[in-house]
Amino acid sequence: MSDLTIAVPRGALFTGTLDLLDTLGLDTAEVRSNERKLLFADAGIVTMRPSDVPTYVEHGSADVGVTGKDVLMEQSHRNVYELVDLGYGHCRMVVAAGDGDPIGAALRRLGRVRIATKYPRVAAGHFADTGRQAEIVEVKGSVELAPLTGLVDGIVDLTATGRTLEENGLRVVEEIGVCTARLIANPVAHKLKAAQIDRIVERIRS
Amino acid sequence: MNRASRSGAGQPAPSAIPPGTRDVLPDEMRELRAIASRMRATFEDAGYGEVHTPALEYEEVLRRGEEHAAGARYRTFDEQGEVLALRSDMTIPIARVVGTRYADSEPPLRFCYFAHAWRAVERGVGEPREFLQGGLELIGEEGPEGDAEVVALTIAALDAAGLRRHRVGVGDASLYRTLLRDLDVPQDRHMPLLECLSRRDLVGLDRLVEDLPDRELLVGLPEMRGGAEVLEHAEGLRALHRILERRGVEDRVIFDLGLVRELGYYTGAVFEVYDPAVGFALGGGGRYDELLGRYGRPLPACGVALDLQRVHLAQAAEEALR
Repeated sequence: MSDLTIAVPRGALFTGTLDLLDTLGLDTAEVRSNERKLLFADAGIVTMRPSDVPTYVEHGSADVGVTGKDVLMEQSHRNVYELVDLGYGHCRMVVAAGDGDPIGAALRRLGRVRIATKYPRVAAGHFADTGRQAEIVEVKGSVELAPLTGLVDGIVDLTATGRTLEENGLRVVEEIGVCTARLIANPVAHKLKAAQIDRIVERIRS
Repeated sequence: MNRASRSGAGQPAPSAIPPGTRDVLPDEMRELRAIASRMRATFEDAGYGEVHTPALEYEEVLRRGEEHAAGARYRTFDEQGEVLALRSDMTIPIARVVGTRYADSEPPLRFCYFAHAWRAVERGVGEPREFLQGGLELIGEEGPEGDAEVVALTIAALDAAGLRRHRVGVGDASLYRTLLRDLDVPQDRHMPLLECLSRRDLVGLDRLVEDLPDRELLVGLPEMRGGAEVLEHAEGLRALHRILERRGVEDRVIFDLGLVRELGYYTGAVFEVYDPAVGFALGGGGRYDELLGRYGRPLPACGVALDLQRVHLAQAAEEALR
């Protein structure tokens, strides 16, 4: 593993990723015990929010990184290798709405639907691909709030258990895709540090 | 954020320049000039004469070389209403020059250039709209011999520019297509697979070949990169490896069976140039044996182009190490 810099996502994928790094022989004890520190030079680990991982990896500030497929779908323009499906962090990217088919009703009566999301590209792409006119409203916080207040007709969001949706009176009406954690690599590191990267990939796959 | 840049969707600030363009001031200019002149000397010594072509070309003429005019995006009209486009690379203009000004010359022909080209900023922040390229074209020299000359000169020019750790990745533009044909993968499956490959999405690729008998090879081949040991399935590159060995540069080359380049005119070997100090490729190129014919001189050809600003980044990082 030596001399590879790894971008590790804080948040839902944090523990799973550190467990994985443990199995690869990295010492993650310091990372686990230190909430605020971001850079762990000895272990070759940098921690950040998941949506920043492709940025650091694309620019080569990290050679490899772990992030969710949801982030990669939203940032599909990033020039990175998607190497391995790591399997953990299983979620679904869905369209959800309240009772009474508000999305269908809006499309029928108004010819367009309003959708709130943290994933504007994914949402816009999904509705465009299915031939429906959608007005995408980007929100940063709890997306479930948006349809409750009448801001939108439905949402596009990531859900693991569906419980948060349920508690807010929403249910899944369409599934856009399944998202798990992925190992990504910088294209230049993928060539210049091929042996180290291949060693990780092999150990993960076996 | 540049204070003079566009704020929101309104009018540009009174002194703004378009995002992706920049002003170069004397300190940087001096260093860029020094790098370019060392690279130029390497090219000239190897018999590559420098050419310059118009920034504006007839769009139709560019399109003859490549269906999307190699990504030329900025168009305007002349007094007669003809569509003009700002060139997006130098390869097509030089192919045009060979077809007209060198229509009767004995090949091989060797040209180098240091010139700006323009492309659209499609991904937003930080991408250059205008960039300075230094490169060369070797016209009329076939297959591995010509490829090796271009690779070796690329390495030598970057040596001259002050880089020490650069490597050239070498792949084959037709390799995966040939593999799909040889393995009798149904025709309608080819396009999605090739798209995954060009997106560098190896997880997606794995999914798509799950039900195919040769899954291991279909997934494994694009991951193969290294020295001669990866060339078992790449017959075309073995001869190139031997010549690079003879030239003593094989340890500077990474054979990469998954390497793909965006432009459609490549027909054989393709290159990408790396330096550990820069997260992006410094440049790239390859063999384009069918392009010259579209301008009236059917000759095999091969070339490479380097982004001088990125070469400068790598050179500055190298200097800082010393």
